[in-house]
Amino acid sequence: MSTEEPSLQRRASRKSVAFTDEKLVVDADGSVTMVASPNDDTKETAMSHTPRTPPLSAALGAFTDASSQAPAAAPAEDADGLDLSLLKKKKKKVKAETAEGDDEAAAPAAGEEGIDLSLKKKKKKKVAKDDDDFAKKLEKLNIEGKEGEEGAVAEPEEQEGDWEKGTGIWQHDESKTINYSPLLARFFALLSQKNPDHASTGTRSYKIPPPQCLREGNKKTIFANLAEICKRMKRADEHVTAYLFAELGTSGSVDGSRRLVIKGRFQQKQIENVLRTYIIEYVTCKTCRSPNTELSKGENRLYFITCNSCGSRRSVQAIKTGFSAQVGKRRKNKA
Amino acid sequence: MSTEIENLKTYDPFAEADEDSGKTKQTQEYIHIRIQQRNGRKTLTTVQGIPSKFDHKKILKVVKKEFACNGTIISDTEMGEVIQLQGDQRTKIKEFLTDKENGLGLDDKTIKVHGF
Repeated sequence: MSTEEPSLQRRASRKSVAFTDEKLVVDADGSVTMVASPNDDTKETAMSHTPRTPPLSAALGAFTDASSQAPAAAPAEDADGLDLSLLKKKKKKVKAETAEGDDEAAAPAAGEEGIDLSLKKKKKKKVAKDDDDFAKKLEKLNIEGKEGEEGAVAEPEEQEGDWEKGTGIWQHDESKTINYSPLLARFFALLSQKNPDHASTGTRSYKIPPPQCLREGNKKTIFANLAEICKRMKRADEHVTAYLFAELGTSGSVDGSRRLVIKGRFQQKQIENVLRTYIIEYVTCKTCRSPNTELSKGENRLYFITCNSCGSRRSVQAIKTGFSAQVGKRRKNKA
Repeated sequence: MSTEIENLKTYDPFAEADEDSGKTKQTQEYIHIRIQQRNGRKTLTTVQGIPSKFDHKKILKVVKKEFACNGTIISDTEMGEVIQLQGDQRTKIKEFLTDKENGLGLDDKTIKVHGF
């Protein structure tokens, strides 16, 4: 699920780009019948995810001898959202293909690294290399490119419609398979519609006032609103300061108006980062992610976090300072 | 009856438990990467808890060359041997520790990076 989602999103974003570019390519070619195939594209793409990837991995295993297979596999990659892991393999494939002499086939293989670039390349190549056997390759490429890209292109057209009114794909007697992403979108829309409380708890962010940092002299930083932040987090000042000192590897003190004086120069951003890790470790409930928790000392010197909203209880590590190197003059330390 | 007592003697529950806990402790032990401010913009990076199966001296030698910084090994009474490097080398040393080909190939989860 979590791995599926980003890929879908990426795919969705690509769709729009591919859409416009594909149009241009069609204009340049003129003869390509890309628009005239609104048949079962949605079904095809929806189903093509699963069958396309296994042959791809199979093809990757034998990509050295499969120069004809490789361009066929490349658009399949286009259809999927697998970017990072496949990039390397793609590069390999490109190398293999260029070694065999048909650099035209490299164009669809490299198509995923940046769709604008690759499409430009394609266009250029189409203009430049109209001689040799490129014509055949072009045909093949166009067919395959259509399969890969146009399926994605046609999707937004096909999958339109209002689920509230029941139009388009959401019609009652519609037999087409609805894609995953619109279904998911509908689910979340309905969820937030039907019970707003439920959805809002998941997305509501936990906010604390930003730490105010002042510089005292040249070597000290004043953390002015520590007390306020601690109150907001419902944690003891001492606990937070101990954590800050341990993480920053310094020492400090609390001045008259309950401000924290830290030795060393620190920027607001740095303190914010440390506070963030503190909140993750000592404030939020790992089970329900609610910040409404209490830190209490358990039986045997262990600290426990009890969640007030879901009632879970977990132990947290005590703050350890760890090794701190000796900084500054040694003579001072001795005396 | 007597055999049972003998069995009890051979099986020392406490020693076993101690050994076990020691082992689990070692596996759970984290590598801490910390940063400390020195005067001015200067910083120190300390790496604490590198497993003893690695030669710290060799690690230091490689790391110093790779990161182009100086460093030492400090044998602390509590924390054991700590590698101390000049400058902010936290991301680099983490990469080095997790790198499988040119590094130690340690698990990402055993490393804790502290500091800002």
